[in-house]
Amino acid sequence: MNVKATPKAAAVSAAAAKSGAEILIQSLIDEGTDTIFGYPGGVLLGIYDVLYRTPELKHILVRHEQGAAHAADGYARVTGKPGVVLVTSGPGATNTVTGIATAYMDSVPLVVLTGQVSSTAIGQDAFQEADIVGITRPITKHSYLIRDVEKIQETIAEAFHIAATGRPGPVLIDLPVDVMRATGSYKPESCVSLPGYQPRDTGNPPQIEKAARLLSTAERPVIYAGGGVITAEASTELTLLARTLNAPVATTLLGLGAFPETDPLSLGMLGMHGQWTANTAVAECDVLLAVGARFDDRVTGRLDRFATKARVIHIDMDPASISKVITAHVPIVGHARPILSALLETVTPLNTSAWLSQIAAWKKEHPAITQPTDKRLSAPDVLRQVADIMGHDTIVATDVGQNQMFAAQYWGFTRPRTLLSSGGLGTMGYGLPAAIGAAIGRPDCPVVCITGDGGFQMNIQELATAVHYGLPVLIVLLNNGYLGMVRQWQDLFFDKRYAHTDLDPGNPDFIRLAESFGAWAKRVTMADQVRPVIEAALEVVDCPRVIEFVVSREENVMPMVPAGAATTDMLESELIKGVRS
Amino acid sequence: MKRTLAVWFQNRFSAIPRITGLFSGRGFVLESICIGSETEDGLTRLTLTTRGDDSLIERIVKQLHRLIDVIQVVDLTGAPSVERELALIKVQSPNRTQREIVQLAEVFRGRIVDMGARSVTVEVTGRSDKIDAAIDRFKPFGVIEVSRTGTAALKRDEACEKAGRAVVVGMV
Repeated sequence: MNVKATPKAAAVSAAAAKSGAEILIQSLIDEGTDTIFGYPGGVLLGIYDVLYRTPELKHILVRHEQGAAHAADGYARVTGKPGVVLVTSGPGATNTVTGIATAYMDSVPLVVLTGQVSSTAIGQDAFQEADIVGITRPITKHSYLIRDVEKIQETIAEAFHIAATGRPGPVLIDLPVDVMRATGSYKPESCVSLPGYQPRDTGNPPQIEKAARLLSTAERPVIYAGGGVITAEASTELTLLARTLNAPVATTLLGLGAFPETDPLSLGMLGMHGQWTANTAVAECDVLLAVGARFDDRVTGRLDRFATKARVIHIDMDPASISKVITAHVPIVGHARPILSALLETVTPLNTSAWLSQIAAWKKEHPAITQPTDKRLSAPDVLRQVADIMGHDTIVATDVGQNQMFAAQYWGFTRPRTLLSSGGLGTMGYGLPAAIGAAIGRPDCPVVCITGDGGFQMNIQELATAVHYGLPVLIVLLNNGYLGMVRQWQDLFFDKRYAHTDLDPGNPDFIRLAESFGAWAKRVTMADQVRPVIEAALEVVDCPRVIEFVVSREENVMPMVPAGAATTDMLESELIKGVRS
Repeated sequence: MKRTLAVWFQNRFSAIPRITGLFSGRGFVLESICIGSETEDGLTRLTLTTRGDDSLIERIVKQLHRLIDVIQVVDLTGAPSVERELALIKVQSPNRTQREIVQLAEVFRGRIVDMGARSVTVEVTGRSDKIDAAIDRFKPFGVIEVSRTGTAALKRDEACEKAGRAVVVGMV
């Protein structure tokens, strides 16, 4: 049984009578909520009236409910705390669906509060009624419909517990308007009892010993680290273990930042647009230590050619992720941090110098390089300069597609919780609202949103939110006038038949558009303007800044594993020949 | 291969659709499902039959365990167990065939639970294959309607000691 006593405001007497809405807000505060991302509506009026009287609970008014879900997701990824969303019934609730699915795929803790029609009207196709619990059932870790005002407190406590522990994920709570109006008792103590939910934290010691023994025999070890390392706050342990074992580290997209890319042992990202060396090292390794990763198809490519020479140790919080696609020889269920700590105490340093010099040679021969197709700016070149100016504590939120992969390849992440990206669902439109959530969660860090002209327009209304709250997010808009990644696939696999990927004819003037929102905006077309304009943008501190970089229209992200191919069969830029000769 | 799983869960809000939705959402086969009412300990027992090899069944069991309301999942397939299904079979029966139908029902240890002017309803219990056979035998008379439960199953006494194939995830 999981029993958790929640701290209560001292002033509250035992079992005080309150409205459902008051109990809800007090329970959120009890769980440590400081910010809600929301959008009001008919059935939420009572709750918003309580928020009006609760200035200590910050409410961020987004401009679309999808933005609320992504912003809460961004907030959660940078703080490690559950992001809280409050939206109205019907369309308000359904607008969060993409954001919930995004968080579910990437194991991000969210508590999504949806208004609902009166419990007596449920099922009668009432105005703004939607079965949001039913709609979101496959994309939530758990969900609730509260029918009794006396259950609000324990439901909120359970929801936060479920969202944040184990493999984190979104929890949805549906709140009928009559339950929010009803009077109930607020109790100074509440406890969580979930006999069916007991996530295992520490790994099984015999399995850890087995893993240590296997690692001690390794000649060509590789560590494959995913987002679970960041969730478990295990970056330090991972780094120490890699250095003890002299084992190179490849990370997934969501694992970027778990291990410093500046470290000589870093292989960078692996997978479809990963580094050639990272994929080859995984193919050649004799022991693969997978931590907090789930062998996603974008990582493995063709399964029967993935890590065929390796014995696999798989550490993961979720037993269902282990041996799902790749059989683990040594499975260990639990949080990465205690397990890596235990491994650190057990393993002995390895001499892998031959393996490391092989890897160093590969890195030299196979860098990630691209080839602009016209005289415009090169996106990788722009991103390298932005990264150089912004520094390592910058938080980067990306959109999805070429901008995302270029960011993953060229930014050089060194710290956990500095990259926010929709890895699993691949949600275009994620970047800007996630950056807003990050700016609110970590006001001490610079926040950059790397986006493209496609993704930016998918949630561009959130510029208003950023202006409203004076959030100095730096939006790096890589405008190539295309849905770049889809166009790249059409280029490579469909004989350049660019079916409906050209956005240029309808694209707005992004500068005037951003300025009309009240943002600072500048367009850059020449290489020598890149640095001065970024520096000028950084002088502006009280509003979002948009820099539109007009980049090469048909520059492809390279290297690349074609869909269904083995990760060792990578396409590389033509220019790679020049590197090798 | 056909597999029988027993699932104990807290039948809280939306728990049953969460279990069945797992099968449709992840492409698992759900052949039959049999759910009882809540017992004194607050748990509900569900017995389901599915198809798959060992690794697929392991995935199914693990996914069921991820559900917050699920307390335990046991694979009964390899363990000696008692499995029963119940079917109500309504057979066309003008007076002249009534006698034959009653005799046939006796062969399957069925009971006549309703007899009207034009039809007889037979209750048959047993393993799925026995029910299939019974329905087959009644077909020549004209089966009007069949209502079948899913499989309900329990481990046999001695099996409790050996535990058979009982899979309890979380012990890795």
